[in-house]
Amino acid sequence: MIASIAALLVLQLIGTIIIRLTGLAFPGPVVGMLILFAYLLWRGATPQAFETTTRALLRNLALLFVPAGVGVVTYLKAVADQWLALSITLIASATISIVVTGFVLHFLMPRAERRG
Amino acid sequence: MHSLAEIWVYLEEQPLLWLTITVGIFWLCQQLYRAAHEFPLLNPVLVSVIAIVILLLATGTPYDEYFDGAQFISFLLGPATVALAVPLAAEAATLKRLWLPITIALSVGSLTAILSALAIGMALGLHGEMLVSMLPKSVTTPIAMGISDQIGGSPSLTAVFVILTGIVGAATGIPLLKALGLRDPVAKGFALGVGSHGIGTARAFEHSDRAGAFSGLAMGLNGALTAILIPIVVWLFGL
Repeated sequence: MIASIAALLVLQLIGTIIIRLTGLAFPGPVVGMLILFAYLLWRGATPQAFETTTRALLRNLALLFVPAGVGVVTYLKAVADQWLALSITLIASATISIVVTGFVLHFLMPRAERRG
Repeated sequence: MHSLAEIWVYLEEQPLLWLTITVGIFWLCQQLYRAAHEFPLLNPVLVSVIAIVILLLATGTPYDEYFDGAQFISFLLGPATVALAVPLAAEAATLKRLWLPITIALSVGSLTAILSALAIGMALGLHGEMLVSMLPKSVTTPIAMGISDQIGGSPSLTAVFVILTGIVGAATGIPLLKALGLRDPVAKGFALGVGSHGIGTARAFEHSDRAGAFSGLAMGLNGALTAILIPIVVWLFGL
């Protein structure tokens, strides 16, 4: 488990350094993810221990967004005046884009690919 | 013998208190969500955030003090993002077969997310900084804040819209698609990633690894595409 966590941190670090050096407006961890993706494709299979650790992390991804979500508290005053217009826009836009994306992909997929 | 008040004052200065409260409340909310058969409005991120916000307001705790403890949880988002490569690599064959449908769905979805926010926001009287800060709401926070800064929005306001969009998408996305008859995990996951970034991806992983893999992919691709599309939209509409 420690080896897996160390590997993830090293990849994040490399990604962050690349972003710093190139000045791109892109998150460092995403670059780390691309490097890991390329490595796993080249290697052909993911080591079992690494698979177990990353799965545990991703299964509990939702918890990791809670502290940032609580940050909304600092903007309650700024959004209070227009809260209704903002809520309707956010809810409508989020649901419309999810439904449109889902169905475009669904209808373009070959029938044999559809599951569930 | 210490009084309870003294213990509270001591604990308040320790990162442990808010860290424990965050994990504890999230665990309780997860139990509640499962007990309620995953009722969408009881989404654990939504309920945890509301509960902690009420707690902070009730105890007069500033957000900075809360974040001193909770930052240890937030920090894990970096390694978790790197880890998204693992389920994605497992889907490499599917990815190769579906690259064209995925590219088209991404382009349509990304434009829909931007233009629907613009159209609905304008129709409801939003304008100026508020409106442009809303445009990048569907992509992951660091990219969204960068875009917002570039187009004259408020990056911190954008961060709030990003989080709220994520929560809305995570709560409503899967039940909505299911109600409309869409059951395929690839399409469901991809849609959640395009519409509601990482928080949607977290929800997709609770559904299945396959949905999660395509949601993480959609989140990354949509972040890159939105960064290209929004400056064009802003220029076209003279915002």
